[in-house]
Amino acid sequence: MTVSSFNVAARLQSAIGADHVIAEPASLAQYAVDEILPSAIAKPDSAHEVAEIVRFAFTENLAIIPCGNRTKLAIGMPPSRYDIALDITGLNKIAHYDPADLTISVDAGTPFNDFAVPLYKQKQFLPLSVPFYYLSTIGGIIASGVDSALRHSYGTARDFLIGAEFVNGSGALTKSGGRVVKNVTGYDLHKLLIGSLGTLGVITRLNFRTFPMPIESRGFVASLASAEAALELCHAIAHSPLTPTSIELLSPQLLQLFLDSPESDVSDPPSLPLTGVFPENSWHLCVSIEGTPEVCDRYVRDLTHLSQQTAATNIHVFGSNDSQGADLWNYIGQSIPLLLETSPQATIFKISHLPGRLATLIAELTTIATQSSLPHVTLARASGIIYFALLPASNGAADVLPAADDVSPSAGGAALPAADHASLGGDNAANIPLLAQASAAIFQLCSRESASASIPWCPTALKHLVNVWGAPRPDSALMHRLKSAFDPQNILAPSRFLTL
Amino acid sequence: MIDQALVSAFEKLTSPARVFSRPEDLLLYEYDGSVDKGRPDLVVFPESTAEVSELVKLAARHNLPIVGRGAGTGLSGGALARTGGVMLAFPHMNKILAIDLENQRATVQPGVVNFDITRAVEHDGLYYAPDPSSQKSCTIGGNIAENAGGPHTLAYGVTSNHVVALELVLPDGEIVRIGSAHGDAPGYDLCGLLVGSEGTLALVTEITVKLSRQPEAVKTLLAVFDDLDDASRTVAEITARAITPAACEMIDGWTLNAIEDYVHAGFPRDSAAVLLIELEGLTEAIAAQSTAINEVCLAHHAREVRIARDARERELFWKGRKNAFGALGRLAPSNYVLDGVIPRSKLPQTLRRIAEIAKAYGFQIGNIFHAGDGNLHPIVLYDPRDPSHLERAIAASNEIIRYCIEVGGALTGEHGIGMEKNELMPLIFSDDDFALMRRVHDAFNPDSALNPGKMFPLNKGCGEIRVRSQLYTSVIS
Repeated sequence: MTVSSFNVAARLQSAIGADHVIAEPASLAQYAVDEILPSAIAKPDSAHEVAEIVRFAFTENLAIIPCGNRTKLAIGMPPSRYDIALDITGLNKIAHYDPADLTISVDAGTPFNDFAVPLYKQKQFLPLSVPFYYLSTIGGIIASGVDSALRHSYGTARDFLIGAEFVNGSGALTKSGGRVVKNVTGYDLHKLLIGSLGTLGVITRLNFRTFPMPIESRGFVASLASAEAALELCHAIAHSPLTPTSIELLSPQLLQLFLDSPESDVSDPPSLPLTGVFPENSWHLCVSIEGTPEVCDRYVRDLTHLSQQTAATNIHVFGSNDSQGADLWNYIGQSIPLLLETSPQATIFKISHLPGRLATLIAELTTIATQSSLPHVTLARASGIIYFALLPASNGAADVLPAADDVSPSAGGAALPAADHASLGGDNAANIPLLAQASAAIFQLCSRESASASIPWCPTALKHLVNVWGAPRPDSALMHRLKSAFDPQNILAPSRFLTL
Repeated sequence: MIDQALVSAFEKLTSPARVFSRPEDLLLYEYDGSVDKGRPDLVVFPESTAEVSELVKLAARHNLPIVGRGAGTGLSGGALARTGGVMLAFPHMNKILAIDLENQRATVQPGVVNFDITRAVEHDGLYYAPDPSSQKSCTIGGNIAENAGGPHTLAYGVTSNHVVALELVLPDGEIVRIGSAHGDAPGYDLCGLLVGSEGTLALVTEITVKLSRQPEAVKTLLAVFDDLDDASRTVAEITARAITPAACEMIDGWTLNAIEDYVHAGFPRDSAAVLLIELEGLTEAIAAQSTAINEVCLAHHAREVRIARDARERELFWKGRKNAFGALGRLAPSNYVLDGVIPRSKLPQTLRRIAEIAKAYGFQIGNIFHAGDGNLHPIVLYDPRDPSHLERAIAASNEIIRYCIEVGGALTGEHGIGMEKNELMPLIFSDDDFALMRRVHDAFNPDSALNPGKMFPLNKGCGEIRVRSQLYTSVIS
């Protein structure tokens, strides 16, 4: 422990009490952000204590990074300063739940499952089955801005977050919105908190509208020879009267990753493995549907018809209680954790574009990855989102991968190295310049295409070469001004999103 | 006052025909749909973003407040020049700039009338979802400022759920684009902040909205009740049973009689209340919803549940709903349309409280509102020629709004704060809340040049507001 870090912990202890401050090196290591350790961890029990801690940091000019269960702290640029990890998991109560109003208000440190269960008992839910949700706090889910397949029909958090309380960078406990589903009273400051990575305020409470659980849900998977063919099917669905719950496109390598992953624990008894259910080397369009049995029947009928018209090579329907289907959708929802588990050094892009441009983008992304001889995996949402993962090339990648001109984008590009390959989980310092080059090419492509791109997950070393948020945008200056309005002294997660 | 030289300077940036400065011309612009007034010193009609930028710069050089205005249908005084100055009116910027059918987007200028977007794309099976009652006259620019709602926002969300990108002109004349056509750029959600900011942060000169696909089937139900409580309990139960109609509107018996006199929508005159419920989606889905709603209505003693036989009858029902304010205009010289929002389970008790307040103040208060999302619109009929009458109408309204807050609601669901409710804001917000909102305001509009005197209470958080003139007291009869 350095002298200065001892000072921070000691001063923090005298300011807010020893009970709420941790400074053991072993604990500090668990709160590292991009390999940078804080000097102390503060664990408040209430929003007022959060405010006290931020006021202390404001007075002492100490930098804070708020966190919940720390599953998504990798997102963002390395902090320019990091003195206090502000752990809000002590704020973990359901403040209000009014099932008859379909609204809920929860403390930010509440684990997702802790309120998902009471919602479930009332046949309601919050459509935020984002990556890591089962380990996450609701505050972390909102602050990290991660999305889920359900955005296709339910929208993103901005569409159902109706109010928030948070402590701004001056240490004042403030709020916006309310607990009603329609409200235009004052500025919608709570929308700014979504994806803000703690840079604008420390979220202490969040209010949501909730949604009724569907009566029945089913899964429909069409396998197609290429991404283009699958996106043609997406187009046909979008122009039909159907409004599926989610439409996700998996590259052949992503399905392989699911098949290779250890058995899922979502079903008891364990379900049959998915191996052999789907044709290999295909792209899979996974459509989830919900409603009454009659509505689901209609979807299956129409989707089958549309798939046949777009040359799907295989169709598989999962019934309401089919645990194989549950497994598949659980894998899809947790593709990113699964990828990071298999390949901690994965560089995962999130790219947003108009649905009609996805086919071109996927083809060009594949070309870039192939030219760099980097294995890659694609998950696309029909509403216009692509998660594109570049995996570290194994030693002598060129030997095990097919030559670039042998690989057509339609076949999904370079094959994934076997999951047990020693290099997958290893440290690949040699790969970083190659990754940086490919990343630059992807940012250029997206800029040319008017798509938005960022790199939510990548090795820290890459962040020293590449800005994970891409080039500054026309509205960056306005975002800087907002950051100053919320956090005048730049003590909240400094430089994680905007570099001041 | 603005002198002739300055008027000429504005004319030089536009044209003499596009600058109004004579008192008789300005009179038309001192009103909107609210009970307040505020006369601008000058009304200018820009034709392009570049012109808006130049006009804003000229106004800034002369320290003149600037207020944007669409069709002036707003109900909270948002488009009134509370402190005089230059009003930028957008009827000339009314072009639909681009339509992308494949990706369901439209890019439009702020003066485009809400319904004109739907008209431009309906032949391709698309429409623009937010549907305020004034949708055939109100403009998208105004909808952005107020985050406008409407009956079908119950299922499809309000304006902010449908806006993906904006072009702004800041008070120093700078032109900035925020958001993106796809609607998912990383970083702070600036569009989410701007929509509903009531013209206090920037002027909006270009808007990209999402277009929705028309549903396969539509079914419109009219549930008739002999008791108001039964109707409101029905709404609460529809919500609690998680049935999700596209719209769920309530009209009380007194109001529907006024409507019948005017529109002849076919509402039963002897009922205590009707619910107008619309179901949209797949044929199979609305069949199931229709059955469920019928059950709930009958369980709460609905006298009958009528189903619109055809498109003509459906349109007639909606004509009755959307022209209610016009209908009430025939009964009293003026009506004051309130906008409160409550948790939906509190509907029965809130309607009873409104009836008590009406009785205590001796006003007729009608109720016609978006019941499904708890968004109330009590309508107070009053005579503006008697100043004490308006004062009492405002007092009664404030009492209703306070009650909404008491039961966990908010000050406004869709009309905005404007200059109508800015002094009520402390009912919701603390000094710390105001301080932050003020800093956000100043990040865009540091000198309060844009729409001063709105949203913030005048004695809190908006200290340097330049209030130059008071409300005009004269009434045009």
